[in-house]
Amino acid sequence: MERIPILKMGPYLLVTIQVDMHDRVAMTLQDELTERIVAERARGVLLDISSVDVVDSFIGRMIGNIASMSRVLDAETVVVGMRPAVAITLVELGLALPSIKTALNVDAGMALLKSAGKMSGNGRLTR
Amino acid sequence: MSQNRQMADELRGRQDSVLKDWVEYQLSALTMRRDLLKESDLREQSRRFLELFSEAFSASADSSSSSWKPVKELLAEISRTRAEQGFTPSETAIFVFSLKQPLFDLAQQRAGHDVKKLAEMMWDLTVLLDKLGLYTTEAYQESRESVILRQQQELMELSTPVVRLWDEVLALPLIGTLDSARTQVVMENLLQQVVDTGARIAIIDITGVPTVDTLVAQHLMKTVAATRLMGADCIISGIRPQIAQTIVHLGVNLNDIVTKATLADAFLVALQRLGATVSRNAPPHRDSAGGGA
Repeated sequence: MERIPILKMGPYLLVTIQVDMHDRVAMTLQDELTERIVAERARGVLLDISSVDVVDSFIGRMIGNIASMSRVLDAETVVVGMRPAVAITLVELGLALPSIKTALNVDAGMALLKSAGKMSGNGRLTR
Repeated sequence: MSQNRQMADELRGRQDSVLKDWVEYQLSALTMRRDLLKESDLREQSRRFLELFSEAFSASADSSSSSWKPVKELLAEISRTRAEQGFTPSETAIFVFSLKQPLFDLAQQRAGHDVKKLAEMMWDLTVLLDKLGLYTTEAYQESRESVILRQQQELMELSTPVVRLWDEVLALPLIGTLDSARTQVVMENLLQQVVDTGARIAIIDITGVPTVDTLVAQHLMKTVAATRLMGADCIISGIRPQIAQTIVHLGVNLNDIVTKATLADAFLVALQRLGATVSRNAPPHRDSAGGGA
């Protein structure tokens, strides 16, 4: 059974998806991530999907769910490195995920998490 | 069938005189385009066609049979070149239809006073030539359509440049009507550029978009949503007063999207978000504006 590693980086959790996102893998990730957020008292989650080149509606919804769940647990989720094809697919599926935060790469995502306290009005980092 | 063969033999035997008559008919036709086609070329085309025609005609009078394939290939080639040269469909089709007169003359000479036989032969020839004429028009249409298709593709590639305005700021000036196919190309181009340049802000300028209906608005919103998913912000600029009115009248909700009236305003917002400031140099010389990050 494939598992997606969850790394702890200071007060944040780093999840890098480098395997094919099957439905089962996604469900396991959801379980483990929520448990780790509580156990580590994480303040933020960085979800790196730069290696994901295929998504369907289930995976799209999963990403949205993970973000919502961690927000309930008081950890901000930033999705980073989404590929153009994946972004187009999600929008065409009607899953624009308006509530999640996004960043271009891990660096920008980290900066966004660190500045979580001083967000500008539209939820984006100001330098 | 034997009648066909006899007719074909006679056609081959008197090819020179038939060819002469036919070319004369074509040259005297009102639709003849001497500016586009030289007489020697026309004569050569007619000769090749007549050769293939008599060969195919001796095998069968049915233009859908396989023996007519070389004739059709030649016709398609002629139609194609004429379409490219700028002939109209009727000017192209007259090539085949003007062959009727010489062939009818031939049939008349063969039938003599046998009216029934003459009528039969005329009917066969008419059906045959009409089919070939229609085929010419179809081939003409096809080549014209392929030209249109090619131009559409070229236009699409031309009209979607992504410009870098500043570090991490991209601009996408849209010109022309947005349909689904174009939006797809625009979206892919923009997103790819966002990845390549690491841009954080993309400005979509719609000054050149003549009308915005619900579909175009939806396309715009999709592009904005996709850009946001990639981790960049989108600003829409260049909204003309009429377009602002249309958008509101249509009930399109652009509340979640930052919109500016001009590209300059949008650029200023982008710079502010990046923490850059623009200021004029202290002694205000005319037309001198300096920028710094």
